[in-house]
Amino acid sequence: MCGIVGLFLKNPGLESELGLHFSRMLACMSSRGPDSAGFAIYGHPAPDGALKVTLQHPSEAYDWQALAGSLGGRFKVQPGVRVVSTHAVFTLAASEGDVRGFLGREHPDVTVMSVGSTIEIMKETGTPESVIARFDVAGMTGSHAVGHTRMATESAVNTQGSHPFSTGLDLCLVHNGSLSNHSRLRDSLRREGIEFRTDNDSEVAAGYLTSRLRKGDDLSAALGHALEDLDGFYTFTVGTNDGFAVLRDRIACKPAIMAETDDYVAMASEYRSLAVLPGIADARLWEPEPATVYSWSR
Amino acid sequence: MTLKATTGARVIDLSAHTVRELNQALHDLKAADGPREWFVREPRGAHAVACGLTVPVTVHVEGPTGYYCAGMNQLATVILGGNTGTGVAENMMSGLVHVRGNASQSAGASGHGGLLIIDGNAAARCGISMKGIDIVVKGSVGHMSAFMAQAGNLVVCGDAGEALGDSIYEARIFVRGKAADLGADCMEKEMREEHRAILGDLLARAGVDHPVGEFRRYGSARKLYNFNVDHASHY
Repeated sequence: MCGIVGLFLKNPGLESELGLHFSRMLACMSSRGPDSAGFAIYGHPAPDGALKVTLQHPSEAYDWQALAGSLGGRFKVQPGVRVVSTHAVFTLAASEGDVRGFLGREHPDVTVMSVGSTIEIMKETGTPESVIARFDVAGMTGSHAVGHTRMATESAVNTQGSHPFSTGLDLCLVHNGSLSNHSRLRDSLRREGIEFRTDNDSEVAAGYLTSRLRKGDDLSAALGHALEDLDGFYTFTVGTNDGFAVLRDRIACKPAIMAETDDYVAMASEYRSLAVLPGIADARLWEPEPATVYSWSR
Repeated sequence: MTLKATTGARVIDLSAHTVRELNQALHDLKAADGPREWFVREPRGAHAVACGLTVPVTVHVEGPTGYYCAGMNQLATVILGGNTGTGVAENMMSGLVHVRGNASQSAGASGHGGLLIIDGNAAARCGISMKGIDIVVKGSVGHMSAFMAQAGNLVVCGDAGEALGDSIYEARIFVRGKAADLGADCMEKEMREEHRAILGDLLARAGVDHPVGEFRRYGSARKLYNFNVDHASHY
């Protein structure tokens, strides 16, 4: 089943409340996905020339300061790593490829969750309520966020198989549905050099978008190509540096509903997640059409 | 919007009660006793509101609702005050379900009887596998509406999405606007006097004043009732 939510603030005055409203939306989708939960939040940007790198290690006792020292030996790392449960956010001056290469060689037990100017992806197994509490999502600030609650169907329940999946700098994808041609597609994307960590079908969709973007598509064109190449059921929500996009397959079995006010645009698998938002009674509400790309940006 | 409850009416606030408590109270009603009019407040997208009713009461639900509301209805009148989710009035047997807003996919699915009125639009697969229900949509319907419809009438005052009436049996479809395209074995048919009478009656009961002459009728070409290898390419 799975649940998806997204909240994009049009009114910058509400950024201090993003986590509060978003966490309520995500918690409402627990009944659709009790196995794990995750989110991408677009918060305070890294300084020019620097990247925010969000890392995960299974142990809450992991020595992030030691890792900061190791990274500092290779890159210019801003002091003050921010540790949030099993995750840590570093700000450093490096290219995405260099930092991924270094961590893969020197610290293979650490997983790169996201890389970008504003994005931070965090995800863990457990009920969405426990994940929300663990990462103190309600206290987070930012311009927009997308989240996912997972009821696993296609692969194991673990952190790596949870959503969102990173699809490139400041990009991520959450998926409700199942893809039937993910195995063959994964093989062909691997031949292009796209790396996969799981047997998860949604990771293939993320890898597909990464591939299309590398070939020069903009996000809208990449999602348009996805309609041709991805076989199966899906509602996708894609987070971008300055907004988000929504796409449903041609059959549109997987639910999605959207709301827009002067203050925000929100999407969710069910209206229940929108009912918790301020001003929802007067919002414009609609169901996204099948095979149609919807996107918002600042 | 909060309606004023009439004297003797029962009011249930879903911010203080569960949907199960509401439905159980409605199921406990006997044919001749108990309140005849019910008001349900603060549904906030709840699923399965006012399902399985079997006595002629009127239930006003004030606000947006979730999946499968007013399913399996018999005799009751259920008025859903806002938008509603997947499968509203699914498998309705009789009575009236009136959606004041839009309905999501599969509205009126497999309904055997009664009347479903949707003031706004209905999404994909409206009237899928309908078996005798009458559905009047004042707006438009999405793709694959009346898929495998077997009996009853689907009236669409706006437009219909792709593959209207795919694999239809004996239901009647009336569309006032444009049908994007027709599904397998669905065809436009002549509007005869008997069809004008059926349509006029449904429009009147739904409170719609579009002239009957503005609608076109669609139905089954009856080529796919039984598998015939000569028609394999049509499936």
